[in-house]
Amino acid sequence: MTLKTRIIPCLDVKDGRVVKGVNFVDLIDAGDPVQAAIAYDAAGADELTFLDITASSDGRAATFDMISRTAEQCFMPVTVGGGVREIADIRKLLLAGADKVSINTTAVHNPDFVSEAADKFGNQCIVVAIDAKRVSGEGEDDRWEIFTHGGRKETGIDAVDFARLVVSKGAGEILLTSMDRDGTKSGYNLPLTRAVADAVSVPVIASGGVGTLDHLVDGVKIGHASAVLAASIFHFGTYTIEQAKRHMQAAGIPVRLD
Amino acid sequence: MKITIIDYGSGNLHSAGKAFERAVREAGFNASVSVTSDAEDVRASDRIVLPGVGAYADCRKGLDAVPGMVETLQEMVIQKAKPFLGICVGTQLMAERGLEKTTTNGLGWIKGDVVEITPNDPALKIPQIGWNTLEMLRPHPLMENIPTGTDGWHAYFVHSYHIAATDKNQIIATTDYGGAVTAIVGRDNMVGTQFHPEKSQKLGLAVITNFLRWKP
Repeated sequence: MTLKTRIIPCLDVKDGRVVKGVNFVDLIDAGDPVQAAIAYDAAGADELTFLDITASSDGRAATFDMISRTAEQCFMPVTVGGGVREIADIRKLLLAGADKVSINTTAVHNPDFVSEAADKFGNQCIVVAIDAKRVSGEGEDDRWEIFTHGGRKETGIDAVDFARLVVSKGAGEILLTSMDRDGTKSGYNLPLTRAVADAVSVPVIASGGVGTLDHLVDGVKIGHASAVLAASIFHFGTYTIEQAKRHMQAAGIPVRLD
Repeated sequence: MKITIIDYGSGNLHSAGKAFERAVREAGFNASVSVTSDAEDVRASDRIVLPGVGAYADCRKGLDAVPGMVETLQEMVIQKAKPFLGICVGTQLMAERGLEKTTTNGLGWIKGDVVEITPNDPALKIPQIGWNTLEMLRPHPLMENIPTGTDGWHAYFVHSYHIAATDKNQIIATTDYGGAVTAIVGRDNMVGTQFHPEKSQKLGLAVITNFLRWKP
């Protein structure tokens, strides 16, 4: 008996629609996040993450509706991130049906927001999303810094130090994305993942760069991640959730197959 | 049958309500499900669910802030012996005290305090987040026909605290996370799960259906 390693598909949504296409065979409307969520629920995904890149307030209303409809039909845990700036945003997302809320830019600008949120809603539902890029040169010791605004804006903050800081403030989980690897299909940034996972007492979700099933295994075995997140390999049907789980199981990683 | 899910400003009630509606529909019960913060609704109900997501003290404050709710719960669950299901912090509130961040009184139905989980393997992270199997310490109608043990079905946990129940007879199931962690507690007409049935896919729906069938 043991806790199983989670496989988490991530959907990017804008104004309540999936942005990067989802290419399931039986999906009538590939742009509908609720249909994608139902498909992943049936496929055995362990959690689902929505990254909301909506900018307008009208679009946010569509997001709440999307979460609410997902929660009506999927009895699986859902994390929502993107645009969380105030305690009221978190409450609204939780009331709509999110189980965990991921905070990114606001945590960088005001780490005390993490403690405020954790005191209110409990550490277990506060995820801090860290987007990190390697800043050390060739031959130097590895060093990564936090970037905000989808990786465009540098902050000069050390990623490992920041992870420790937000955990001390009450973050219950870290969603760690390597901006160097995101979209490359060349695998997670394993030194980064391991440095953060070993530095904090809370679970770390590895993200950014998955192209093969071995990358998922490496994220856990070499990167020490507690959960692995991927988008395109699942969305485009390259691999199913079950194939990923069987592959991880064969590599000795405990997974849930019921 | 009237099922009420108590709304006291805590967390994710939407999915709890929907999961109960689905269980009612699929099992063909003649039942209504309402999510309510009205103590009178609770007083008129046949089955009571206390969910809960959040920090213990904050949840207790939320429950106290609903006029008459704590008294109604005591009356319905203790005196009238209506079937009661706690979920996560709702379960933890059944204990005598919560020690999360500060000391807070619980409802005092289950003997023991709510304490931080302390896995004996330092590599295990806190909170425990994810899917784990259940070890039954004693049979219970809530888990009837649900495979448990190492090869059993999985339940979804997300928590840093659990009830350290001092009366071992009140522990129904545990899960292993660097040692035994309390997964289900109960006595008489009350039962509570540390995991989230409303998030636990097929195990969760089976648990909810069993609760609706339970005749303590």
